[in-house]
Amino acid sequence: MKHSEWKKIIKGKILSNLQIAPNHFELKIAAPWLAKEFRAGQFVMVKSRNETTDPLLRIPLAIHSRNGKNINLLYKTVGSGTEILSCRKKGEIIDLIGPLGNGFNYDSALKIKGMKVLIVAGGHGIVPLYLLAKVLREHKVEVEVFIGAGTEKYILCEEKLKKIGTKVHIATEDGTKGAKGYVLDPLMAYLKKENVKKFSSSAPRDVSHLVYACGPKSMLAALGRELKKYNVAAEFSLEAYMVCGIGACLGCAVMTTSGYKMVCKDGPVFDMRSIVF
Amino acid sequence: MDITTKIAGIVFKNPIWTASGTFGAGKEFQDFLNLDEIGAIVTKTVTLNAREGNLPPRVVETSSGLLNSIGLENKGIDAFQKEDYPFLKKLKTKIIVSIAGDGKIAVQKCAVCFTDKNFPAAIELNLSCPNVAHSGTKYSLIAQDPYLTEEIVRIVKKETPRPVIAKLTPNVTDIAEIAQAAEAGGADAVSLVNTYMGMAVDAYSMKPILGNCAGGLSGPAIKPLALKAVWDVYQKVKIPIIGIRGIMTGLDAAEFMLAGASAVEVGTANFTDPSICAKILKEFEGYLNKKNIKSARELVGKLRVD
Repeated sequence: MKHSEWKKIIKGKILSNLQIAPNHFELKIAAPWLAKEFRAGQFVMVKSRNETTDPLLRIPLAIHSRNGKNINLLYKTVGSGTEILSCRKKGEIIDLIGPLGNGFNYDSALKIKGMKVLIVAGGHGIVPLYLLAKVLREHKVEVEVFIGAGTEKYILCEEKLKKIGTKVHIATEDGTKGAKGYVLDPLMAYLKKENVKKFSSSAPRDVSHLVYACGPKSMLAALGRELKKYNVAAEFSLEAYMVCGIGACLGCAVMTTSGYKMVCKDGPVFDMRSIVF
Repeated sequence: MDITTKIAGIVFKNPIWTASGTFGAGKEFQDFLNLDEIGAIVTKTVTLNAREGNLPPRVVETSSGLLNSIGLENKGIDAFQKEDYPFLKKLKTKIIVSIAGDGKIAVQKCAVCFTDKNFPAAIELNLSCPNVAHSGTKYSLIAQDPYLTEEIVRIVKKETPRPVIAKLTPNVTDIAEIAQAAEAGGADAVSLVNTYMGMAVDAYSMKPILGNCAGGLSGPAIKPLALKAVWDVYQKVKIPIIGIRGIMTGLDAAEFMLAGASAVEVGTANFTDPSICAKILKEFEGYLNKKNIKSARELVGKLRVD
């Protein structure tokens, strides 16, 4: 799968920046080159406003989707940078660097017939996964999506996911939507129902299911613990405090089975079995 | 207009350099600017043996600043010379290699790896990383101890034919005293300042944000502190000074030179805009033009305090 080896500083025009849920905004940017070059799971480093020293650093945001020559970023306001970003207006020019990081590997999902893809998202972890689901559906791959959040209003993208033909399972911690509890519960029930084999190092790799996940660290840690017991391949997309986004500052380190790796350059997508939680 | 600068007998094409630890070994930035335009690239500090680095989180943003505790993660000097030298040697700019060690012996063993008479242009001796432990001194950093600073600079000067720039910490009572010690040890120049020690706390989790608890603060937040350090040192030493911290614009560079710096190193700003060195250089030239200053060297120490 061809994707860009180049990164650029891009000045894109804001087409819209609308609130889609409490604390969540969708930012549409005209960025023809980027829209053509990036692949699902890659991210951009966005300047919340130009010519400022506070906030000083860029914000790493996963690319949510493309629409012709435009890209969409879906983000949650979590601090002063994202608060300022949410006030940016249509018509303004926004400064971003991308595409960055490595996207999801899904060649095997396209090549192996009958492969079923399971997508697991916690909160706004659905942001990069939605595009992956869309790409896979365009290739007629069967996709089941499991979304978890604290409460109903933070379940994002459900309608869009159904529209592209995925089956969506929902869990909320307060039970306001879907099953009450964590997203792990419906996923584990599913694996049991489908009779997915338990992991053993000697057994040949099961090619019936491929899992992709993104969400808070605690969720991924719990998911990793359970998922490792099954004979499935899985990729997790990680979040980290990031400074440069291009592998220069060595700030966004994550421990793996082969030592520290950088989330920005070596990830953000990692093989689940390589991450040391 | 002449924007060259001369340090330790070496002519640099301009005084806008990159600071160690903020520019890797240059490769990561080649998509964004012409590396040959930069006055000098100071590479990420290397140590004798590979270092894993500190526990994450290693970075956090503070008001106009960046707090880091990377912990000198690097692949060790052998791997660095083998893997990064071919790329660096092809560049048409000066390369300055930053080295460090946790004590006398480690620094000496590092210095003996630089026997080439032409490459790199100079060695920056990092005596001031706030995120690693040091031995042979009652202080936590080598550059907090004037005696050890002088001794280590002398050792390194003996082991390598390359000019040595001593990088100093501002976490001292009197940085000019340490600069004088480096000068006495034979340093060809001093670069200052390394980061100021700092902390960030998460009131909700009641924990420090950095995995290593404390870290080093950089960025525009500390520019006035660094300017004062450069000015103080300029009064006391004869060797050139390279000014570091909070340089985001050409005017920032000019301010450091007025305070006594012969060149500046751009650090954290590379993270906000990976092409910023080219922009700073252009702005700096614009400033010289506007002020009708014919040579960048005329600027050094010309702060009017009368």
